[in-house]
Amino acid sequence: MGDFTKTLTDDNFEIEILNSDKPALVDFWAEWCGPCIALGPTVDSIAEEYDGKAVVGKVNVDHHPTIAAKYSIRSIPSLLIFSNGKVEEQLIGAVSKEEITSIIDRLL
Amino acid sequence: MERKVIIIGSGPAGLTSAIYTARANLEPLVFEGLQPGGQLTITTDVENFPGFPEGVTGPELMDLLRKQAQKFGAETHFANVEKVDISQKPFKVWAGGEEYKTQSVIIATGASARLLGMESESKLMGFGVSACATCDGFFYKDKKVLVVGGGDTALEEAVYLTRFASSVSIVHRRDELRGSKIMQDRVMKHPKIDVLWNSVIDEFVGESKGVGLTGVKLKNTKSGEISTVECDGVFIAIGHKPNSDLFTNQIKLDDMGYVKTQPDSSKTSVEGVFASGDIQDTVYKQAVTAAGSGCMAALDAERYLESLES
Repeated sequence: MGDFTKTLTDDNFEIEILNSDKPALVDFWAEWCGPCIALGPTVDSIAEEYDGKAVVGKVNVDHHPTIAAKYSIRSIPSLLIFSNGKVEEQLIGAVSKEEITSIIDRLL
Repeated sequence: MERKVIIIGSGPAGLTSAIYTARANLEPLVFEGLQPGGQLTITTDVENFPGFPEGVTGPELMDLLRKQAQKFGAETHFANVEKVDISQKPFKVWAGGEEYKTQSVIIATGASARLLGMESESKLMGFGVSACATCDGFFYKDKKVLVVGGGDTALEEAVYLTRFASSVSIVHRRDELRGSKIMQDRVMKHPKIDVLWNSVIDEFVGESKGVGLTGVKLKNTKSGEISTVECDGVFIAIGHKPNSDLFTNQIKLDDMGYVKTQPDSSKTSVEGVFASGDIQDTVYKQAVTAAGSGCMAALDAERYLESLES
């Protein structure tokens, strides 16, 4: 995982994502999910580029199934994009970097 | 810098092309696409790839192929090709916002899961409807799921899903399955799996916000009768469609969108452009046949490049 990407847990999800005053990108993933592994570097590169402008984090659904359940995640990779603690957009499956950043840019 | 060969795709076809062209010192550049490793990265155990008597997982196999290609000097880029221009030479390929020039192209973009194409299906995609059992099976612990299809992919997904689901029903439009005998046996003997014969999905029922999918309406293909089946998830495994959108109007495709190749060859309708793997295979679509045709494309490209020099 990239240096700029936060590891989200049951304990820090509220503080890092829901209480953030910046747009937040959350990647729901698991080690056994091929497309998730493929998407990982894209999310990490967004974390680096948007450092200071947006929050980027990952939820391992194996370790934190309660967060996944709370947001009714039934397919991974799933990307949720939050603004002011609310889900603004959800992207499912393999998506391009531009698709993700265009949504973040809109919320900046 | 002008490349000798650019390979679009990183499944068994693309990476075998990369191994062969790298060993021929053609310094191939591979664009891996949005799903590096291709369709095998969403399968579990591959039991029919020669050389692996104990089986191998799809992601492991693809890692090995990638390493083998890199070992001989193939360059692999994690980038998606956005556009190609093969109307004049050198060919142009755009990926990750950059333009690349090349003397030859090997198309190995493969295929993606075909969907039923209903509005209710796309509405609930990711909310109970899935095309990837290995990605999403985890979310269906002790739930009831359906698998739509009757070929090997459907049967494999059904067996895989029994690890999580309480019951798996295969929805199949005919009264016999198409998959291999070994998979049919596994399915028919499995205590958690049953088959809903002569049935097609008429509608997916549920709301994308909140509850997600709650069931489906099934239509009996013989009687036309509609019945409602409650379930938590539906996995679509009805085959694949070729990923040839990049080449529309630039190269000859068949009615289904497969790239047409000349008999016993990987040559396409454009000189210097070769195709391998599922993008041109309307019949076999196996990992090993894709690898085999990747080898053909590499050898054809090599000969083509030699002919340019002489």
